[in-house]
Amino acid sequence: MFTLGPAEWQAIEVTFRLCLYTTIILLVLAMPLAWWLAKGRSYARVVVQAVVALPLVLPPTVLGFYLLMALGPRGVVGKTLEDLGFHHLAFSFEGILIASVIYSMPFAVQPLTEAFSNLGRRPVEVASSLGAGALDRFRTVILPLTRGGFVVAATLTFAHTLGEFGVILMLGGSIPGETKVLSVLIYDHAEGMNYAAAHSLSLMLLIFAFITLFVVYSITRRFRVASV
Amino acid sequence: MNLQVQARLRYGEDFELNVDHELPLEGVTGLFGRSGCGKTSLLRLIAGLERAKGATVRFGDQCWQQGRAFVPLHKRRIGLVFQEHSLLPHLSVQDNLLYGYKRTPAALRRLHPPEVTAMLGIDDLLNRRIDQLSGGQRQRVSLGRALLISPQLLLLDEPMAALDTQTKREIMPFLGRMAAESGVPIIMVSHSPDEIQRLADRIAFMQNGRIQCIETLHQSLARPDSPLFEDAGAVSVLEGALGDTEEDGVRPFGPPEARLWVPNVTQAPAKPNLRLRILARDVSLSLVNPQQISIQNQLLVTIERIDAPRDNRCVVACRTEDGQLVLAEITARAVRQLGLETGTRLYALIKSVALLE
Repeated sequence: MFTLGPAEWQAIEVTFRLCLYTTIILLVLAMPLAWWLAKGRSYARVVVQAVVALPLVLPPTVLGFYLLMALGPRGVVGKTLEDLGFHHLAFSFEGILIASVIYSMPFAVQPLTEAFSNLGRRPVEVASSLGAGALDRFRTVILPLTRGGFVVAATLTFAHTLGEFGVILMLGGSIPGETKVLSVLIYDHAEGMNYAAAHSLSLMLLIFAFITLFVVYSITRRFRVASV
Repeated sequence: MNLQVQARLRYGEDFELNVDHELPLEGVTGLFGRSGCGKTSLLRLIAGLERAKGATVRFGDQCWQQGRAFVPLHKRRIGLVFQEHSLLPHLSVQDNLLYGYKRTPAALRRLHPPEVTAMLGIDDLLNRRIDQLSGGQRQRVSLGRALLISPQLLLLDEPMAALDTQTKREIMPFLGRMAAESGVPIIMVSHSPDEIQRLADRIAFMQNGRIQCIETLHQSLARPDSPLFEDAGAVSVLEGALGDTEEDGVRPFGPPEARLWVPNVTQAPAKPNLRLRILARDVSLSLVNPQQISIQNQLLVTIERIDAPRDNRCVVACRTEDGQLVLAEITARAVRQLGLETGTRLYALIKSVALLE
């Protein structure tokens, strides 16, 4: 039952690559955004907060549809790229990577925003008064004190990207080695009545997702205890 | 050296910080006023944590903020001590103390860990975690950490407000010592007349976002309407040398011509300069030299001023033989019956004194 063929391995590879890149890109993007959301005072904050949270409530097909419109050969982004001599982004790995980054954004931004809010301004001000510049403060004060938030953000982003299906199907289709991720492969297997293969992959994802969430919750618990 | 601050800074609808002053920097300057009068905002402005548009902050010949020029806090070399919770929780006591020290260029270091930890009595705490410290210990570590950057200026934002009375009493001598021994000018925000009387040399009185006036402690205590009298009524603060314990367990304070005796409640060694607080309502006046009376502290004084009675009580300001001011609060009836007036020489009988250390 648990034998994995080359198609499965390929899907695992694509999925893993997608999750890893998404997580890295999102942490880099989410950090300044979450900082601004946690510390800023302007009204624009609320607007941005709502936009970031949109993927939580929208059907993935809506997001996938608009991304297809934008990144496809006739879309604003896709056409510009074509005009510049590149390929448009629909049905490509780059395309679903962009989609994943947008789709998983709230899962990176929200834990970080919360971590930065809980940090308060005091430790950062103290570090400044003790002669630490911005980068120094980030490395020696902000990062160690919000480590829990970073771990949670990274894990949730990774796990959520793993669970993507609708957006990828809309935008990426099912191209082996390019856009065929595990969730899509499971769908294909089930469509083709290959229940045994669909089951083995599903069970794998189920166990992986459980372990991930278990780790996240034990980390949040530990950090909450430690911060008291 | 002076600290020049000029700023207008609006907070919300109904509060504006509006200052244009020069604070002389020597010893301890108290920023005194009620909660919400703008003390902390002013402190944050001086530190560069609040960035008011068009503000000017100059420290001696250094320009910290003027026009577009702005020196960020980490380059100002200011020691900051907050009310509470300012130690970095992921570092040990030792690492907290050294955080700023390590970032101070070796050539600028004037204060070093051994002397600072000894001065603040925190030698035994170095390897502790922050959550293993009491409130008072935390504040001492915060003070030490601020001192170890060899700051040009220390800003203390109500450093004792979050501590209980007992702990305050424990910290106060350390603060006094720090002010005297470190040679760093200190600006201390406080709303407690007691703290100001103990520590401040000079006071900037704040109200509604403005500095009302800047005066020395003695100038302020000589004013009948001093805000420092809000707590316990009129008080005087005498300065003098404290001698060693003599027979019957009392210690002499001040020069022979204005000698007071204080009970030896403290084990402190003799000191050349200490403060003593006397509540005006603990002082009686006598025209004759009272020989057979149990009150030991009697000073020959000259009346300098008699304030208008309030609730039928008058504050009489008397100059001691060594030139200091002692206030006595007596009834208007007593003033009239004794025929007291400016220039009258008489005896001040002091029922109780408190050493401020």
